[in-house]
Amino acid sequence: MGLKKERKIDISPAEKSSRSSGRNFEGLSQQLQSATSSERRWAARDLAIYPDAVEPLLHALRSETEHPVAIAIFDSLRQIGGETVVNGLLPLLSVEDAFKRNAAIEVLQEMPEGVALHIIELLNDRDSDVRIFAIDILQQLAHPQTPEWLLSVLKDETHINVIATAVDRLAEVGTQEMIPELKALKLRFPNEPYLDFAVQTAIRRIKGD
Amino acid sequence: MQTTHKSNPKLDEITDAEFERFKEYFYRKTGIQFENSKRYFVDKRLLQRIHSTGHDSFRSYFTTMRYQASGEELQELINIMTVNETYFFREEYQFECMVENALNEIMRHKKPGEEIRIWSVPSSSGEEPYSIAIYLLEHWAGIDKIDLEIISSDIDSKMLDRCRRGVYSKRSVQHLPNKLLERYFTPVAGNSYKICQDLLDSVSFTQINLSDAAQTRSYRNFDLIFCRNLLIYFDDASRRQAAEVFYDAMNPGGFIFLGHSESMSRISSLFKVRKFAKAMVYQKPQA
Amino acid sequence: MKTILIVDDAVTVRMYHRQLMEDLGFAVEEAVNGVEALEKGLQHAFDLFLVDVNMPKMDGYRLVQEMRRIPELQAVPVIMISTEESELDKEKAYLAGANFYVVKPAKVDELQTYAMLLAGKVT
Repeated sequence: MGLKKERKIDISPAEKSSRSSGRNFEGLSQQLQSATSSERRWAARDLAIYPDAVEPLLHALRSETEHPVAIAIFDSLRQIGGETVVNGLLPLLSVEDAFKRNAAIEVLQEMPEGVALHIIELLNDRDSDVRIFAIDILQQLAHPQTPEWLLSVLKDETHINVIATAVDRLAEVGTQEMIPELKALKLRFPNEPYLDFAVQTAIRRIKGD
Repeated sequence: MQTTHKSNPKLDEITDAEFERFKEYFYRKTGIQFENSKRYFVDKRLLQRIHSTGHDSFRSYFTTMRYQASGEELQELINIMTVNETYFFREEYQFECMVENALNEIMRHKKPGEEIRIWSVPSSSGEEPYSIAIYLLEHWAGIDKIDLEIISSDIDSKMLDRCRRGVYSKRSVQHLPNKLLERYFTPVAGNSYKICQDLLDSVSFTQINLSDAAQTRSYRNFDLIFCRNLLIYFDDASRRQAAEVFYDAMNPGGFIFLGHSESMSRISSLFKVRKFAKAMVYQKPQA
Repeated sequence: MKTILIVDDAVTVRMYHRQLMEDLGFAVEEAVNGVEALEKGLQHAFDLFLVDVNMPKMDGYRLVQEMRRIPELQAVPVIMISTEESELDKEKAYLAGANFYVVKPAKVDELQTYAMLLAGKVT
């Protein structure tokens, strides 16, 4: 008993077992449907190196209820990246499951080029919640047009919560030219104390004084 | 502001609103909250980065950093905003939590013949894994009832060589009680201390790159992981990947200790938050 | 002093709610998502959580579900504040364990009244 000495230690005692079999694309895709969640999670992680895995991963995501497995699927999709992943994740913005919705937003935030192709259509979606989620994507998106897209929301949007979300983001990324549009909101929505507060905060931060 | 810029080309002040904007952004990204009392410290470092990146205003610097896809500049800022020193018994309250709570809870789920496995990443110059070993020998009664393995890994092979040599400066051992210094170290030339052979043998050092899936996959069945003051220096993607690696490297019910300024809340929701008397720890849920 | 944790990823929302709660004499702390809310909730005793629904890492529903499983947080009242106005969303919030559900933009009086009631603050 006590501290074991170095030479007796095996880094991975329980390794070398089941996970070594069938670890090619076909085998792993099948294991995404396994009854054991740890097997599904490993399959999802190992599929990250196969560009063709987008389809099976998205498919598995639809019925996956275990968070650790879903998280691994999202992470592999993020690593594969590209347009098919963006196209596959956008519909998740309208699902009921808040976990999948927010996880999709986080992955999309890291795909500026792919998102740029769809952002205008998202900001014009019929569902105001989807428009808010589009603005949530912009919160972290490393794309230079982000302030411009947010400004378009101030100009064209009519739903108070969508506008308020955009104003919140402008407190971080707003620029001088947006101040007139921000001020105009106060006139368009005279009796909204939160919006009023958010506009003031954004203007103060933008002016930097 | 504008006029001062013209007469004095070197920006020398961060305004209140700029400070707030930066503070909020930094908090959202890292979880680190600067109190207003830290204002001077933060401003000074911000200005330093603004100047050395060749920007002439907070705004242009902040915008560049904000939209930089690599996240490099944010990492630079994190590096200079946080102090990273390593010495024996650093953040001792976590070792106290290990022997007072975490290990006892793990013991309860162990069957006869099973071992407890501890992983310390990064090894750095070895102070952390050896501190764990000393702490177990000195402060954990359970050590007579079970075998423990300590594995420690680092990406840097030079660091691993230093660990295996086990020679430390006076500064590095200054927080060790004298009694322990005498028990586990021998003074050597150059005002240094060499750690005893028994401890050298009780930690196995391995090289690892946490972002390399092929390398990390064989690390399994750990009950405790110490990963302190490392993830904060990673970019978002590597940080998340490291969390995934740790999750799969752990036994259900295992615990992970992060540095005092680090929080899983910016990385992952895979772990449960556990609060013990002396420390907050993250736990892999029981299956 | 009674203390409230405001959980929202939008900085201006946190600032605004902070002001509303401080006006009532509450002390306030903030968190940007559910995981941080659990961390903070375990480190300090709070009298009320004001929780947004959509947040990264851990959303509001899951946060409340987790709270109801953690002995220290089980009894802490929660007001959920959401942009979603459907009955289904409201029902989901109550099922998760929320004590009250407010649709954004929240009416100042309503939010303040329920905050005082649920945090047990006597005026």
